[in-house]
Amino acid sequence: MTASVRTVSSAVRTPNSTFKGRLKPMNLFRAIGLTLLFLLATLSSSGAGEADLRGIIAKFATAKGFSETGAVVHDLAATGDPLVERPLAALADGNLYIRKADSQVFVGKEAGVSVELFDPLSGEKSADAAKDDITKIKVNNTLRRVIRDALGTLTLGAKDPAVRIAAADTMFKTPDAANIGPLDTAIASETVASVKALLEQARAASVLVSDRPDADKLAAITLIGARGDRDAVSLLTSVEANASGAVKDAATAAIRNINSTLAFWDAGQNIWYGISLGSVLLLAAIGLAITFGVMGVINMAHGEMVMLGAYTTFVVQQVIRTSFPGLFDWSLVIALPLAFLVAAIVGLAIERGVIRFLYGRPLETLLATWGVSLILQQAVRSIFGPTNQEVGNPAWMSGSFNVGQLAITWNRLWILVFALTVFAVLLYVMKRTPWGLQMRAVTANRRMAASMGIRTPWVDALTFALGSGIAGIAGVALSQIDNVSPNLGRGYIIDSFMVVVFGGVGNLWGTLVGAFSLGIVNKFLEPYAGAVLGKIVVLVLIILFIQKRPRGLFALKGRAVEA
Amino acid sequence: MRGSFSTITKMFSASVVAAGLLMSAPARAADDTIKVGILHSLSGTMAISETTLKDAMLMLIDEQNAKGGLLGKKLEAVVVDPASNWPLFAEKARELISKDKVAAVFGCWTSVSRKSVLPVFSELDNILFYPVQYEGEESERNVFYTGAAPNQQAIPAVDYLMSEDGGSVKRWVLEGTDYVYPRTTNKILEAYLKAKGVAAEDIMVNYTPFGFSDWQTEVSAIKKFGSAGKKTAVVSTVNGDANVPFYKELGNQGIKAEDIPVMAFSVGEEELAGLDTAPLVGHLAAWNYFESVDTPENKKFIADWHKFIKNDKRTTNDPMEAHYIGFNMWVKAVEKAGTTDPDKVIDAMIGVSVPNLTGGYSTMMPNHHITKPVLIGEIQADGQFETVSRTPGLVMGDEWSDYLPDSKDLISDWRAPLSCGNFNVATGKCGGKGTN
Repeated sequence: MTASVRTVSSAVRTPNSTFKGRLKPMNLFRAIGLTLLFLLATLSSSGAGEADLRGIIAKFATAKGFSETGAVVHDLAATGDPLVERPLAALADGNLYIRKADSQVFVGKEAGVSVELFDPLSGEKSADAAKDDITKIKVNNTLRRVIRDALGTLTLGAKDPAVRIAAADTMFKTPDAANIGPLDTAIASETVASVKALLEQARAASVLVSDRPDADKLAAITLIGARGDRDAVSLLTSVEANASGAVKDAATAAIRNINSTLAFWDAGQNIWYGISLGSVLLLAAIGLAITFGVMGVINMAHGEMVMLGAYTTFVVQQVIRTSFPGLFDWSLVIALPLAFLVAAIVGLAIERGVIRFLYGRPLETLLATWGVSLILQQAVRSIFGPTNQEVGNPAWMSGSFNVGQLAITWNRLWILVFALTVFAVLLYVMKRTPWGLQMRAVTANRRMAASMGIRTPWVDALTFALGSGIAGIAGVALSQIDNVSPNLGRGYIIDSFMVVVFGGVGNLWGTLVGAFSLGIVNKFLEPYAGAVLGKIVVLVLIILFIQKRPRGLFALKGRAVEA
Repeated sequence: MRGSFSTITKMFSASVVAAGLLMSAPARAADDTIKVGILHSLSGTMAISETTLKDAMLMLIDEQNAKGGLLGKKLEAVVVDPASNWPLFAEKARELISKDKVAAVFGCWTSVSRKSVLPVFSELDNILFYPVQYEGEESERNVFYTGAAPNQQAIPAVDYLMSEDGGSVKRWVLEGTDYVYPRTTNKILEAYLKAKGVAAEDIMVNYTPFGFSDWQTEVSAIKKFGSAGKKTAVVSTVNGDANVPFYKELGNQGIKAEDIPVMAFSVGEEELAGLDTAPLVGHLAAWNYFESVDTPENKKFIADWHKFIKNDKRTTNDPMEAHYIGFNMWVKAVEKAGTTDPDKVIDAMIGVSVPNLTGGYSTMMPNHHITKPVLIGEIQADGQFETVSRTPGLVMGDEWSDYLPDSKDLISDWRAPLSCGNFNVATGKCGGKGTN
């Protein structure tokens, strides 16, 4: 698939690929004629012919060590020819190979046991090779930076605005006085306002490291100061260290300005992190709010239900990867009902098999469910192995976006939305459906409910299955941010109990408020006290709180309490 | 229906019989075998790392038996499960030595499990091979440390980051899980960095609990620390399960290895197996072995491993190599001593040299640590590491760090006449720190 795309794109690039006639260049020149020749000369801007480029690329085969490879990259970038983008990008991705037989350089693409080789300039497929017959050109971080910088200058004129933004970003982070010229040209021809602003900032960064007059530099500092993010602080700090006089003062003032705005955003960020942690706690605890909160069963195997949900996601993704690769972005949606079913069925089996004999005996329930949790863990360990399983993030759950100076990651946002949705649905089921009514009736007064004709054992079983199933779908979400290993559940069981007890046993709203307040308190403490101490402080606070209000935030009132 | 039920009954009874056989295996062993104890957690939190080592040991013992065993006898593995429970490690070690009469034990992963079995090994005078990189500050007569000491991993890793190839790092985040290995390693690193002229405000140390999963605050603190206009790197001693959410958060918050590289000491091929490594390309790890190392010995080892475990996707890792080296050293020392008597084997071990998997030889030194090359690798998109730097020679494990004030005068030499694990060269006496 990719191969054909590459061929098409190289066919589009006609001027240069016709020029490529390695075999009979003279014939080709005559045939094309003088006009086209002139056109070609202007197109390959700085005049480096393709043969020259190939000459430079061939040097990769003899370069020893990262610094020599870096020198070749510099040579390539210095030609300024947009054609070098392909080999450089391939090198940065670790896809540039040398064929051992003839020291030729190729762009490679792994295809099973062999590697498809493509011409580094035209991108046309030229051969297949076994992995042993080629050597990969090694890159390290320093080299990747060199390549990124080189590509930054080369891709300033790219058609895709996203590429131009990336280029401007790179040039901002690694300012160089030599960039001013190309940036001026790019700014002049830029049509998209947002890209233009970024280019101007990149230019300002370059001005700051050049030997331009102070007036220019002061203007540049104002421009960068307006950008107001961490990168700007980073740049201005290094300017401040090297400058003197008015420029230094202006930089200091700009840094102070940005930092005071950032302090405001930091507080916002803490709240967001707290909400996000709260949503994870809510997801983990909400199933428990039913089994423990509503039914009063101390279910130590609750975490394992979460784990089963995560493993269901893994299995679903495995099937999708092997059979329906196109559906990968839907894998989580497909996994949701399945995870609910798997966890609910296991929950039902636990209730029918163990817990129903132990109602009203909390100590025995605790020990029995603890045993069940160990059995489930070891079962998963035997089936899937003890190591972590890879659960991929669909594209819509990767990366982040900015709101002002606030970086919000997509996966956290979706988990928040998901947690709230689950909560709303659960609340609806509890308050607005006949089943919910029966559930609440049985909880409030079992004997009265039974005499009204409700089959209480079945309500118990289904309620437990519902709580387990919800833990299962929590597992689908948690598989996106945590390890999928047999120990997954262990990490959440304590936190879940904490949330339910803190929020008030038997009250869904309590669980919601409890989860978010614990999350936010935790995240506000963390930057000051550190993660370890922060957790301890939260625990102590909860203990003190429980002393004061033994029934949690939202205590149930009335006869139900003693039932 | 009936058929399937009877199959289930058959399977069940078969497994009961098998379990019974397993249970009785140690009891009915004859004297014509040499027993080797394997003390790795097969359940609980550490099972993720330690189960692999148990399998690796079983493979090595199988191979040795295929070669004709040792001293004309077959080797027999005795596997126990200390279940990630530190006191249980001591109990199981005692069981292995007193009841099963093993000739040597290969085991432990965490430092706390090692510390818990130390008294048992010195009391009952047996041998422990410890295969994991650790914080140093220890040298026991009954223990052979085949994993890396800090100077075989942490110090060369920091040196690499300081070099031009590594990006000339000027600012350091030391991020670790809150327990003894990261705390001691970071103490050594802090002292080392300060000795190299790094200012105190350019070092940030932070600890998180075991199994930590919400890294948002920490990662944005790293981002903030990294925006001071100086090249910044993270040195991570984050352990085990906490790594996956840590790297996921790094990837999601867009921290690229080119900008702020993370150098990890506890992340190997096994840990990466649970991750999509595409956003992590370029982050680093320091080990003495990578699966990607291209030597004939390593190719054979990987092929054998895949055959033994019947899964082509299972990775190999550094502690496995440490067991490979340790086991071969033990075999050689037993052959040299002509007996499996631990006292004689301990003396015969020193100076034993066996090939390692990275194309060289590892030698057991008088301080019970071994010589190894140090490799720095970058994470690749396929979940493997690519070696970007390698120490020119072998590095000898240094048990007492030269950078900590209370251990810089100590040396260890278990050869007669010194026979001391913590000899103080300043006072000329055996003893002082490390006698715990």
